[in-house]
Amino acid sequence: MVELPAFLPALPELFLAVSTMALLMFGVFGSDGTARLVGQIAVVVLLCTGLLVIGHGTERAVTFNGMFVMDGFGAYMKVLVLIGSALSIILAQGYAEREHMNRFELPVLMLFATLGMLLMVSANDLISLYVGLETQSLALYVVAAFRRDHAKSSEAGLKYFVLGALSSGLLLYGASLIYGFGGTTQFDRIAGLIAASPTPPVGVVVGMVFAVAGLAFKISAVPFHMWTPDVYEGAPTPVTAFFAAAPKVAAVALILRLLDGPFGHMVEQWSQVIFALSLASMVLGSFAAIQQTNIKRLMAYSSIANMGFALLGLAAGTEQGTRGVVVYMTIYMVMTIGTFAVILCMKQHGRMVEDIRQLAGLSRSHPLMALGTAIFMFSLAGIPPLAGFFGKLYVFLAVIEAAAKHSELYILAVFGVLSSVVGAFYYLRVVKLIYFDDPIETFDRQSDDSIAAVLVGTGLFTMFFFAFPVPVLNGAAAAAAALFTG
Amino acid sequence: MEVAAIFLPLLAAFIAGLFGRWIGDRGAQIVTCGALILSAAISVFLFIDVGLHGHNRVIELFTFIASGTFEVSWALRFDSLTVVMLIVVTVVSAAVHVYSVGYMAHDHHKPRFMAYLSLFTFFMLMLVTANNFVQLFFGWEGVGLCSYLLIGFWYEKPSACSAAMKAFIVNRVGDFGFALGIAAVFVLFGSVDFATVFAKAPSLAGQSFTFLSWQADALTVTCLLLFMGAMGKSAQLGLHTWLPDAMEGPTPVSALIHAATMVTAGVFMVARLSPMFEYAPIALGVVTVVGAATALIAGTIGMTQFDIKRVIAYSTMSQLGYMFFACGVSAYGAGIFHLLTHGFFKALLFLGAGSVIHAMSDEQDMRNMGGIWKLIPFTYGVMWVGSLALAGIPIFAGFYSKDAILEAAFASGTELGAFAFWVGVGAALLTAFYSWRLLFLTFHGKPRANERVMAHVHESPLVMTIPLGVLALGSIFAGMLFAPILIGEHRGDFWQGSLVVLGNHDSIEAAHHGLPAWIEHQPLIAGLSGIFIAFLCYVMIPDLPGKFVRLFRPLHNFFLRKWYFDELYDAMLVKPALVLGRGLWKTGDGAIIDGFGPDGVAARTRAAAARAASLESGYVFHYAFAMVIGLVVIITWFFVRG
Repeated sequence: MVELPAFLPALPELFLAVSTMALLMFGVFGSDGTARLVGQIAVVVLLCTGLLVIGHGTERAVTFNGMFVMDGFGAYMKVLVLIGSALSIILAQGYAEREHMNRFELPVLMLFATLGMLLMVSANDLISLYVGLETQSLALYVVAAFRRDHAKSSEAGLKYFVLGALSSGLLLYGASLIYGFGGTTQFDRIAGLIAASPTPPVGVVVGMVFAVAGLAFKISAVPFHMWTPDVYEGAPTPVTAFFAAAPKVAAVALILRLLDGPFGHMVEQWSQVIFALSLASMVLGSFAAIQQTNIKRLMAYSSIANMGFALLGLAAGTEQGTRGVVVYMTIYMVMTIGTFAVILCMKQHGRMVEDIRQLAGLSRSHPLMALGTAIFMFSLAGIPPLAGFFGKLYVFLAVIEAAAKHSELYILAVFGVLSSVVGAFYYLRVVKLIYFDDPIETFDRQSDDSIAAVLVGTGLFTMFFFAFPVPVLNGAAAAAAALFTG
Repeated sequence: MEVAAIFLPLLAAFIAGLFGRWIGDRGAQIVTCGALILSAAISVFLFIDVGLHGHNRVIELFTFIASGTFEVSWALRFDSLTVVMLIVVTVVSAAVHVYSVGYMAHDHHKPRFMAYLSLFTFFMLMLVTANNFVQLFFGWEGVGLCSYLLIGFWYEKPSACSAAMKAFIVNRVGDFGFALGIAAVFVLFGSVDFATVFAKAPSLAGQSFTFLSWQADALTVTCLLLFMGAMGKSAQLGLHTWLPDAMEGPTPVSALIHAATMVTAGVFMVARLSPMFEYAPIALGVVTVVGAATALIAGTIGMTQFDIKRVIAYSTMSQLGYMFFACGVSAYGAGIFHLLTHGFFKALLFLGAGSVIHAMSDEQDMRNMGGIWKLIPFTYGVMWVGSLALAGIPIFAGFYSKDAILEAAFASGTELGAFAFWVGVGAALLTAFYSWRLLFLTFHGKPRANERVMAHVHESPLVMTIPLGVLALGSIFAGMLFAPILIGEHRGDFWQGSLVVLGNHDSIEAAHHGLPAWIEHQPLIAGLSGIFIAFLCYVMIPDLPGKFVRLFRPLHNFFLRKWYFDELYDAMLVKPALVLGRGLWKTGDGAIIDGFGPDGVAARTRAAAARAASLESGYVFHYAFAMVIGLVVIITWFFVRG
């Protein structure tokens, strides 16, 4: 008699997997017009999954022979991922209908990707880590190439796939090294092993670096970032929004769990890697963005720079730093989705506008849309009292505090501030174009209520975060605490 | 009620300035004139209550600054000195307000003008009721600001704009000293409150303090710094160049600012700070010398000017010199008394000149006037009254105050006092000479204006002549009325400690007993001779001045060009400053700071951005290569570090 593992901690994932497969069947056997309905059901499924996550609470529970863990950190990050996915599917709906790519596979694939992300967040073993990551990635490769009749979209999918395979190889190689030198793949045991030995085995260190490199690809940290601009530009815009939001949150969550958990005692080693990745990402992301004229490429570099800022908190190597990262990711996700909602609104004669020079004079024809753009751009630039400022504030605070012990972190903080100054340039240039330049062409009227709703929701969050920051701050603090005690 | 006297003008300025568009020209004029007349009435009452009945008081309004040990409260101080100043400021200001209604009848910005006038008056009142140095400074700067606004009121005129700037900038130099002086006071006394500072002043006499490696007498340095501010505001030699240029403003402004109120701020300040100056004899000596020199030099320049307002402006400067050297010989009472009488007759002269200018279709050059006394007899009359008072002819106001000053200077018994006395007598002669030169050139002789102008000459309207009448009465009676109170035997009862004079310094007391008769008559003789010379030159033998000028051309040029002060400053300060500024702008800022700073950083950033973006080649193998190389570099780093 084989004893069945406890299913309850994984209930959200199980529910999501079963519902997604049911939706797939429904789509395949349903009539042609089901795409819209599938999309709506997908959102409902995500909401239910979110409720299940919340319903489970923040208690730590390990199941599936130690492969899967559910705790406060997982709960917070999963809710965040689910929100990101749900908003992206909402954005995708209207766009898909307009652009004649209205196929039921899109929401279903996004659900599968989300399932992979949830597994990533809950991974407690190198094997389950890899399975979750690949579940996510395979779905994402397909989604990137979703417009297979478009050269750019196909190119984006292919590039992402090839380089993603390389990164998976790096990750697997790292995992095998860790297993070879440590004799286990389970996080808790790896942690015990490292804690027991005075200096970590070289093989484990190298394995850790390989694993981090593989994950750094997912969050597009320099030098593993190069796919980002091409994929962001080529993929359909709502897919890009999805790429920029949910998978980033999940991958950052995975890195946090991996480095703070099993490798928690190797902080001396990995903080150097994170230091380098963070510094390079902030600087390159900020500088390269200046040159961009395509708003999606601009957002790609912006997300590279943003990941650099998020890693800043991780480089601090403290619980406070981890809390800073969680807060940062929360705010980053909302701002990014809001920005993409704005981008989705920008159409001229039925075509999407991607050249930022065409935004000139937007304030005169669409004052509300212009205001929305301005809010998100100011927030991304980190101007108080908008939300983006607080995201940066908490990671910088953590770094400065940690710098008392590790003085090289001051360098990181200084470069962080400088690159956020450089970054402010290209965000503010968009605002300048919108408000001070003469209009070239007029924009079509926005008629999509769901996009408008997303826009308003994310805009309000960005504007009024400073007034009600407590839920996010407390949630992030609890999440970080769960990682460090567990 | 006391508060009303001070804040009514502010309220009026506020209403006229911000709501002038709604209440109209007439409304603005009524509001501001009404407020000022009311304020003047209250001032008279306050003079009787505080000055004559001795009810000194300090009214606390609120705490202004509280920072560490530095605490400044906002309080109105009413003592004898303040109420005398209140009388001068409010009465003259009220007269000017009413006069302006007529004078500015053709202007398009009446509410703005009236608002500035009232605001100016408010700041002056703030200054004279100050209870501490910070409040004094507030009023001081406010007055400076309003003078800038009023001088540059006709902002379409380039000359008015540059005159306004000149007034502001020259005053900045003085204010720099003043601010340093206040800082020194705080360092020395640990407070900026008048009462505290004055109580401590005697104990600090003779103490020195060290600045960098310099040892200096603390009180002397402080007083000299403060006096620097007074020199700027009261147009004393060196910082006087703005005053004549400031005649570019409308004539009522000249009367208000440059005769009766603003320029007296410096004299008031020295008198107010008499408890400090009394213990700094060197500073008093400097005040005496600067005052006397100013009185004489301004007189020599005044002789040669042809612009009717400039002549009066230089006479103002000269009279301010008298007031300062009165303070310098510790005859503060006499100085303030002269300030009072001068306020009346100088405002009268300015407004009278304004009436002449008004009649002559905005002509200001006396060479184009003449022969109009029959056409504007009232103006002619008041100009005579003003000139008689200015020249110090008996029974007129100036006689009492000027005599008192000169006698006190002589009676002080010091060399500097004697110097001031003789210089003052010389200046009195010059004063009389240029005053009658002005009268003769303007009103007598053959008309030199063209016929159109002459046909248009007319007496000013009632709204202008009534203020002239009021001021004329003041010019006649202020002297005999106030002399017993302010400088008489019982002056101590009046001042009640608001002026402090050490026993051995009391020159007014010394002047009361026994001066030689020839000394007492000296000023009068000088005045009468001046009038006679003017009569000789401009009525009896009209070509005498021309001959004289030809004979002493270099000297005349020297006076005419105002002792070359402007040229000197231009060559010494303005030109080098321009050269330095251009150099800093072109090479310092443009080439170095911009080049390496903003422009350079921006250019480098763009170049870096282009290079960073060019890394994106689009080839997958480049991307993969970058990933692998990045990984190799990190791993190598670990192995190298061990």
